[in-house]
Amino acid sequence: MGLLSNLGEKLNHIFSKLTKKGKLTELEIKEAMREVRVALLEADVNFLVAKDFIAKVTEKAVGEEILKSLTPGQQVIKIVRDELVELMGGGAAKLEVSSNPPTVILMCGLQGAGKTTMCGKLASLLKSQGKRPLLVACDIYRPAAIDQLKIVGKTANVEVYSESIKNAVKIAENGIAHAKKLGLDTVIIDTAGRLHIDETLMGELIEIKKATKPTEILLTIDAMLGQDAVNVGKEFNEKLDITGVILTKLDGDTRGGAALSVKAVTGKPIKFCGIGEKIADIEPFYPDRMASRILGMGDVLTLIEKAQANFDAEQVKKMEESFRKNAFTFDDFLMQFEQINKMGNIKDLIAMIPGAAGKINANDIDESRLVKFKAIIQSMTPRERLNPDLIKASQKKRIAAGSGTTIQDVNQLMKQFEQTKTMMKNMNSGKSPMSLFGKRKF
Amino acid sequence: MGFFARLFSGNNKTKMSFAEKLKYVFTGSEITEDFYDELEFALISSDIGSKTTTLILDELRDQIKDKKIKQTDKAKELLKDIMKDILKKAEGEDLGFPLVLMVVGVNGVGKTTAIGKLANYFRTKGKNVLIAAGDTFRAAASDQLEVWAERAKVKIVKSSEGSDPGAVVFDAISSAKAKNVDCLIIDTAGRLHNKTNLMEELKKISRIVEREMPNAEFHKAIVVDATTGQNALSQVEQFNEAVGLSDLVITKLDGTAKGGFLLSLANEFNIPVRFVGVGETIDDLLPFNADEFVDSII
Ligand SMILES: Nc1nc2c(ncn2[C@@H]2O[C@H](COP(=O)(O)OP(=O)(O)OP(=O)(O)O)[C@@H](O)[C@H]2O)c(=O)[nH]1
Ligand SMILES: [Mg+2]
Repeated sequence: MGLLSNLGEKLNHIFSKLTKKGKLTELEIKEAMREVRVALLEADVNFLVAKDFIAKVTEKAVGEEILKSLTPGQQVIKIVRDELVELMGGGAAKLEVSSNPPTVILMCGLQGAGKTTMCGKLASLLKSQGKRPLLVACDIYRPAAIDQLKIVGKTANVEVYSESIKNAVKIAENGIAHAKKLGLDTVIIDTAGRLHIDETLMGELIEIKKATKPTEILLTIDAMLGQDAVNVGKEFNEKLDITGVILTKLDGDTRGGAALSVKAVTGKPIKFCGIGEKIADIEPFYPDRMASRILGMGDVLTLIEKAQANFDAEQVKKMEESFRKNAFTFDDFLMQFEQINKMGNIKDLIAMIPGAAGKINANDIDESRLVKFKAIIQSMTPRERLNPDLIKASQKKRIAAGSGTTIQDVNQLMKQFEQTKTMMKNMNSGKSPMSLFGKRKF
Repeated sequence: MGFFARLFSGNNKTKMSFAEKLKYVFTGSEITEDFYDELEFALISSDIGSKTTTLILDELRDQIKDKKIKQTDKAKELLKDIMKDILKKAEGEDLGFPLVLMVVGVNGVGKTTAIGKLANYFRTKGKNVLIAAGDTFRAAASDQLEVWAERAKVKIVKSSEGSDPGAVVFDAISSAKAKNVDCLIIDTAGRLHNKTNLMEELKKISRIVEREMPNAEFHKAIVVDATTGQNALSQVEQFNEAVGLSDLVITKLDGTAKGGFLLSLANEFNIPVRFVGVGETIDDLLPFNADEFVDSII
C-alpha cells in the first residue's frame, strides 16, 4: 500500500531541511516522530502504547550522532526500528517442557483467532521434533468445533481426545489421564474462543488451568486485531498469567501493530506466527521482520544495514570532499559504481525498497549498462577523468573504441555524469553520496 | 430490544468503558487543546484510524469556530452529528426478493454464524430460505453450517470436503429454483483478501449465480470482525474489487471493540452496513443504525 514507502519519504523530506549537520536536533526529531506516530497508529499499534514508545524513542534520538553512511531520515528509522525490535524481542520461539510429563499446553483466545488450526500446526511441529503429542478437544460450544479438531488431528497425524459431555474442565483432565496412560509426552488443549469480558467463560479457563497445571498458556491473537488488542491481552494475562503469545494470519497484508500492543501490555514473549492455512504454515516470531512490517518499511532496513556494512568509510570521505569542493570527477563516479557493486545485485537491492517497484523501472537499472560505464571510464586518460571538459568528439571516438562501446554509450555516460554532478550539488545535506530513497536512475 | 439497549445489556461493558474514557472529555468545561487530545484518544481507540480521526476533528474545530461554541458538552453533540453524517451514507435500502446472498470475508470473522442468524431472520420474516455450504475447504465447515441450518429451521445443500464450491452452489441454485426459494444464502470459505487465486474462486461462484439466476437480486455481503483494525479497509477494498460488494455485516460488537473503521469505510466506499452481530446465539443479529452506532462510541 501507499503508506509503505511514505514513512521513509516523509522522514527524508523533514530532514532535507536539516541545516545543522552532524546531530539530530530536538525540533527535527519532534517533527519526525509525528510521522512515526501516524505510521504506528495506521499499523494498529495501540494509542497509548504508541505514545509511550514515541516518548522513549525521542529521548534516545535527540543529540544522536548521524552515522556517515545514513541520511538523517534513515538514521531515525533505524533508531525507531531498533527500539521496536528490542521491545518485541526477548524469549525465543521455544516451548517449555515440564519435568513432570506430560507437558500441558493450554490454548486460549477470542473467537475466530485461529486456535484450532494453530493446535494442529503445533502438534505437527512437535511431532517433527520427536515429541508425542495428544490434542484435547475442549471447545464444547461452537458447532462442529470438535469435528474440526479431529480433522486437523488427522492431517497432523496426531490423536485427538474428545468426549460428548458438556464439561470442558472434565474433558481436559480426562485428556491428560489418557495421555499418561498412552505414555504421550505433550498435551495440547484446544478451547472455545471467548470474549475477554465474558466472566463465565473466563472462569472456565481458570478452572481448566487449575485442573491441568499447564506449562504453557498461549494466547492466540489475530494479527489483524486493532486497538482492542490491549484489552484482550491485558484481561487474558491478568486472569490466566499467560506464558506466551501466538500471532495468526500473518500471511495477510496487515501491518500487525497488535503484536507490539500485546507485548507491551503482557510482557510475554511472542513465540510463533501462523502464516497460512496449511499444517506446516507456522514459523518462529522474528522481531526484526515484525518491526519493519509495522513501520511499513519492507526490507529497506536490511538495505540500510547492507549499505552501512559495505560502504568504505575512507572512500566515502574522499568522495564527500569532492562534493564539497564541487570537483566531482569521473574517478568519483567510478568509485560510486564500485560502492554500489559491493552492495550486491542492484535489482535485488531495488526490490527491497518498498514502493520502488512501481517507481523505478527495472530497465533503468540495467546492470550491463553499469559494466559498460565502468569500461568507458577506464578507457579515459587520467586527465580526462579529472577534467571532463577535455572530452570532445575525437576523444569520445577513441574512448568508445577502447572500451568496446559506441559513441552513444559514451554520450549517455557523460549525460548521466552531469546529472549526478548536479544532483550532488543539490544535495545540501551532503551526508550520503548515494541517496537510497532518491529517484536516481543508473 | 434496540441496538443501543442491547449493547447495555448482559455482560456487556463496551459502553461503560467508553463512557468512562469520555467522561472527563465532555464535562461542560471550556474547550482547550487537551480536549482535542482526549477526543483523538477516544476516536483512535475505537479504530477510526488516524486519517479519518484527523478529518473528523478538523471538521469539529471548524464548526466550533463558526458556531462560536465554548463548552465541551455542546461540542459533544456537534461531534456526534459529524460522525452520524458520515455514517448516514452507510444505511442501505430495503432488500428485494428473490434474493441470492453470497457471504464473503477473511478467516474466522463470523461468516457461518452470521449466515445462521440471517437465515433465521429471513425465515421469521416469512421467507423461504435455503443455505448453500460453499465452504468446502475448512475442516468441518459444512457440519458447522448444518447445525446452524437446523437451529434456523431452514434447508441446506452441502457436499463433501474438498469438492468444488461452484458445484455446490450450482446444486443449491437448482434446488432453489425447484422449491421456489425466496432467499438463497451462500457460505464461502474464509480467505485472506491478498490471495488472488482464492479471490478468483469467488468470481467463479458469482458468475454461476449470475448465469443461473439472472432475475434474482444478487447481493455480496462482506463480514468484518469488529475487533479488526485498519486492515478492515484493505479487506473491503480488495473483496470489493474482486466481486463488487453490496453489503457489510459487522460481527462481534458484543466485545470491547467498537468497529470504528466503519467511519473510514463509509467515507471511502458506498457500501451499506446491513447488520451487526452482537453475540453467539441465533438472535444476536441487529439491523444497523447509524445513530445508535455513534451513541455507542461516544
Ligand atoms: N462474541 C461473538 N462471537 C461471534 C460473533 N459472530 C461469530 N462469533 C464467533 O466467532 C467464531 C468464528 O465464527 P465463524 O462463523 O465460524 O466464522 P467464519 O467466518 O465462518 O470462519 P471460517 O469459515 O473459519 O473463516 C465462532 O466461535 C463464533 O461463535 C459475534 O457477533 N459475537
Ligand atoms: Mg465459516
